[in-house]
Amino acid sequence: MRVTRTSKMLSVAALAALTLSACGGGSDESAEGSGEGEANKTAIITANGTEPQNPLMPVNTNEVGGGRIMDLLFEGLVSYDADGNTVNELAESIETEDSQTYTIKVKADQKFTNGEAITAKSFVDAWNFGAAAKNAQLNSYFFESIEGYDEVSAEGATAETMSGLTVVDDSTFTVKLSQPESDFPQRLGYTAYFPLPAEALADPAAFGENPIGNGPYKLDGDDAWQHEVQIDLVANPDYTGTRVPQNGGVTFKFYSSFDAAYADLQSNELDILDTIPNMALKTFKTDLGEGRYDEKAYAGNQTITIPGYLPEFSGEAGQLRRQAISMAINRDEITEVVFSGSREPATEFTAPVIDGYNDSIPGNEVLEFNPEKAKELWDEAEKLSPWPADQTFTIGYNADANHKEWIDAVANGLKNNLGIEAEGKPYATFKELRADATAKTLTGAIRTGWQADYPSLANFLGPNYGTGGGSNDGGYSSEEFDTLLDDGLGASTPEEGAETLNKAQEVLLKDLPNIPLWYQVAQSGWSENVDNVETGWNGVPVYYNITAK
Amino acid sequence: MAGYVIRRFLQMIPVFFGATFLVYFLVFSLPGDPIAALFGDKPVNEAVAAQLRSQYNLDQPFIIQYLLYLQNLVTFDLGVDFSGREVSAVLAQAFPVTIRLALLALLFEAVFGIAFGLMAGLKKGRIFDSTVLVVSLIVIAIPVFVLGFLLQFLVGVKLQWTSPTVGGDAGWSDLILPAVVLGLASFAYVLRLTRTSVIENMNADYVRTATAKGLSRPRVVTVHILRNSLIPVVTFLGADLGALMGGAIVTEGIFNVPGVGQRLYQSVIRGEGPTIVSIVSVLVFVYVIANLLVDLLYAWLDPRIRYA
Repeated sequence: MRVTRTSKMLSVAALAALTLSACGGGSDESAEGSGEGEANKTAIITANGTEPQNPLMPVNTNEVGGGRIMDLLFEGLVSYDADGNTVNELAESIETEDSQTYTIKVKADQKFTNGEAITAKSFVDAWNFGAAAKNAQLNSYFFESIEGYDEVSAEGATAETMSGLTVVDDSTFTVKLSQPESDFPQRLGYTAYFPLPAEALADPAAFGENPIGNGPYKLDGDDAWQHEVQIDLVANPDYTGTRVPQNGGVTFKFYSSFDAAYADLQSNELDILDTIPNMALKTFKTDLGEGRYDEKAYAGNQTITIPGYLPEFSGEAGQLRRQAISMAINRDEITEVVFSGSREPATEFTAPVIDGYNDSIPGNEVLEFNPEKAKELWDEAEKLSPWPADQTFTIGYNADANHKEWIDAVANGLKNNLGIEAEGKPYATFKELRADATAKTLTGAIRTGWQADYPSLANFLGPNYGTGGGSNDGGYSSEEFDTLLDDGLGASTPEEGAETLNKAQEVLLKDLPNIPLWYQVAQSGWSENVDNVETGWNGVPVYYNITAK
Repeated sequence: MAGYVIRRFLQMIPVFFGATFLVYFLVFSLPGDPIAALFGDKPVNEAVAAQLRSQYNLDQPFIIQYLLYLQNLVTFDLGVDFSGREVSAVLAQAFPVTIRLALLALLFEAVFGIAFGLMAGLKKGRIFDSTVLVVSLIVIAIPVFVLGFLLQFLVGVKLQWTSPTVGGDAGWSDLILPAVVLGLASFAYVLRLTRTSVIENMNADYVRTATAKGLSRPRVVTVHILRNSLIPVVTFLGADLGALMGGAIVTEGIFNVPGVGQRLYQSVIRGEGPTIVSIVSVLVFVYVIANLLVDLLYAWLDPRIRYA
């Protein structure tokens, strides 16, 4: 008995070993899938993405994983081209006399992919749904400019419609804002403002799994979203807008790290990678070869916020100290050494691709490296109120992303140039950092950053520096800035507005509520199988223009 | 025997409550507000946040949250994660993948570890033995992510024998490379453990007796030496199954395997209590059952061990 059992066990093991090696041999074939080759408009492009963190509902999608999918599935009143210019899409016209009341005409004969016609109501209902607190949609704050928002968004609110939205007829609706804001039309291409079919409002949960849109692409059937694995989009044949797909579809493969995606890119298993991993920053140009990568600054920046509520940073001494810190940071060196050139030193508070950007705003020499002047300013501050002897200047950052290196570099710069103790202060996760920031219980500086939702100067300035602004972590408040911001928003043309907003930036350069460090540069790479890859204003590849070879 | 198994199963009940309570408490104690984090660096709408908090019971005190979780558990409702997905669906997707990965790794380390260990032990001191010892030492010394990236680069990118990442349905054959990486360190342990054990048993009295009474060499090796040498190895393998499943985070990350480790990591980062507790509970069960199997295997390997 025992003998047979033992020998059976051994033979099972031997068999398993054989099977294992047989499987090993079989995997030779698995390098298929990339050879879609022949130039045509039906080929499917594969691109990297991450599992959307919320149901696929435009008013509930506020992160990049879901955002890039929404942008392809839906079309708004306007869209943005690769350079960040606003182009009318579903909007026949957007008219206003006073930058406060807008009359929007929706193009005729537009349909969702389920056949439902897109009318003025598709927008008004969607926006009301998104704004109402009881629906708990993460993008609700995007509707805060609309009159009546406060009534629907309060806790326990019963009102369901904003008084500022009125359907005039099937193709026309009006929007009344609570104050004049000239950049309102520019916002309308953002995810939150997309129209929704009736189905979405009836059963948001089911819709979030299988969204029905009106964009250049649609889901490839009911099971298109394989959670944690990929989502399959195919070209929408009924699409009539400006973003016409030059390929048959886009499959977003979800990766937990860019390293894994990069390995796939190198072996042509993945067509587009929008971010080169740190590991490959020094080698990717030779790894991929000429014509297979792109570097482009996009609408995002990195800053350090020093809360005004810290005693050492209040008043005149605080202002001098912030200026000293800013001038003690060698932006050129850090962007070159730490980031291998994948960042551009900042010269103001927004980003270069934004309309109205100006790299020579008076007063921006405070963002240039000048250790002597920095020390001088610091000493001046010391005379007003001395820096506590045993105090260390800390810069908080979330350790779950790649920030440690540059934070340490900045801290070392401060140590050497100002002669103070400075160090990074890691928070384990992003949520811990945000908890301290929103509760205004910070004990030092923190890293902050902003990626624009829509290409507009005001999108950078309002939320971050306006009094009571939603992302104003430092609690900055300046009457002069607020007035210029309001004037800029109320200007009759975007050009005039930009000029005033840049005046407002002069105030910021003096007060430095945030210390701008650098602009984000998107570094993307692509496989041997695709062509015509371009990076958009927001750092995301322009998927619809990509062609297969 | 049956009584013993039943008793062991009953023991799982306190283990389950203890584990879920502890994990739930740890998640609860994590600093930071998961709901505020959902808004990213965008402004938090307090009314929306309050709505979400009550939806996920996060506005309740800890003990109530835990009891609510248990109450739902009785009805097999594991709740939903922050993206609105049923946690049960998350488990049903992630676990088969990780189980496949862990079993492949276990098979790899058991088969090759025992085979090489036996050969090395039988030829103690020879060139094969010394080579195997050195190689296994190197394998143990190199961190798993180095081995992972190295093999991924060589096999996936340079030689293109297989896709560098898994993704997709993560079938058996897709998982071979990750499984080898995952099992390499344990393979070296199993090898060394088997070798030592074999060397020890070769000098045992009963082996000398078996040889003296004229049994064939293969029979002595398989029945008398190997079988008796397997007890420590089986103990190690049983404990390792749990470690392989819970500890595959790094390997799953390198090869983009949509398994438990990755999901667990994401959930911890996002502070999704119910998802973390559910995943960990299943892992605890796997661990407990693997240990039970090991104990039962003892009795089979060595009849002197009996359970009543």
